Amino acid sequence: MTLMAEAGQKAFNLGVPLAVHMDVTYRCNERCVHCYLDHDDHGEMSTAEIKGTLSQLADAGVFFLTLSGGEPFLRRDFFEIVEHARQLLFCVKVKTNAVMIGEAEARKLRALAIDTVQISLYSHRAEVHDAITKLPHSFDRTIRGIRFLRDRGLNVTVANVLMTANLADQYGVQKLAAELGVQYTVDPTITPMMDGNMGVLALRIPGTELEEIFRNPALVPNQEEFCAPPAAPTGEDLEGYSCSAGHSFCYISPYGDVFPCVQFPLPSGNVRQRKFLDIWNLSPQLQEVRTIQVKDLPVCSTCSHASSCSRCPGLAYMEGNMRGPSTADCEKSFYRTGVATANMLQQGLAKPRTHAPLVQIQAVATSV
Amino acid sequence: MSETYIARSSAIAARMLAGEMMVMNSVDSTFFTLNEVATAIWQAADGATPLREIVRENICGQFEVDPEQAQSDAEQFVTELSSHGILLVSDHPLAPEAAR
Repeated sequence: MTLMAEAGQKAFNLGVPLAVHMDVTYRCNERCVHCYLDHDDHGEMSTAEIKGTLSQLADAGVFFLTLSGGEPFLRRDFFEIVEHARQLLFCVKVKTNAVMIGEAEARKLRALAIDTVQISLYSHRAEVHDAITKLPHSFDRTIRGIRFLRDRGLNVTVANVLMTANLADQYGVQKLAAELGVQYTVDPTITPMMDGNMGVLALRIPGTELEEIFRNPALVPNQEEFCAPPAAPTGEDLEGYSCSAGHSFCYISPYGDVFPCVQFPLPSGNVRQRKFLDIWNLSPQLQEVRTIQVKDLPVCSTCSHASSCSRCPGLAYMEGNMRGPSTADCEKSFYRTGVATANMLQQGLAKPRTHAPLVQIQAVATSV
Repeated sequence: MSETYIARSSAIAARMLAGEMMVMNSVDSTFFTLNEVATAIWQAADGATPLREIVRENICGQFEVDPEQAQSDAEQFVTELSSHGILLVSDHPLAPEAAR
């Protein structure tokens, strides 16, 4: 186990919020076809509120801080926020589309010793990227931003979200990232919209294509291990938990709402109304999330994939039950290994459903 | 005898977790966890206090250690962290780069 993994496990065991993802705005200069956010401003936290929250997070033990959006550079005070975060000695990761990053911005980010800048890039072809972002010339501007950051010596990762609109371009993006001298990461997850709209799920890539991605050594190097049939779950596996959401990680929205994760819209409190640490320690929602072990999952505890599934409790929650299966992950487990999941067997399905209907999404309206 | 002064770099991230200091250098993402003694040295690295004094006041005064061994261990620790750009070392006082 690496030192960092040890620290992560220690934080998990002690219930320390080691990592927080904070969206500083939902506003964006792009209108990506797959985006799950409502881009109108419904009352973002002020500079003082965000800085105050960051100070509380530092006191609570948060080390890894991701600042994202929307497009975070749309906030005029973004550098003031980053500077405050760095004064508090957070390990800061910024997620952006890099459209607004010029030489001056890259220089400032370097001076602030940002750990990583993650940039969304959908294709190596400008016409495909721009068709997804719906912002003309966004490809050129994003690539220019990446070059400025790279030239300043920042750690840059290109995040390639895969969907039906860019499925053929993953190799091109991977090659482009290598040419640019930056890291590449791929993610086939399309998340339902926050208002409950499932339309974007039609963009999810079909399972058969998932199989091709998972079984491609160029994209997944450790084929033998990754695609191996699942090992039978042990007692220890059943005593385990799905992920760090609510245990050592949480998400804070631009309106101050606290959730177990970006992808787990269970309202758990608001930092405008209550101190962060009180929410973290006392929120009944977070406390409930922390009690759920694999053995408590009625379907998944009986599944042969229980020891290796990437089951997302947030997606399960959006399907109606945080203790239920997450259909998107059933699909991944099946196409990764070829072994049917308990969820499929229970429904008599030979292949997983493309996606499940979502019945429980709570959009949070917050007033100051 | 010349003194050694140490200061924390501004290019690091740091946080206490269960009595140990986690430190990461943002330039190369090197990650360290410092034990209680190393954490005490780290926290006292203000750029103005000589290492010898830090060891005497913050280590020998707080922990049951042999002074010579403590000084030797501290010098080794400082050398290792400075090689990763996490601590700045000089034979004259330094302005601290990091806020805390």
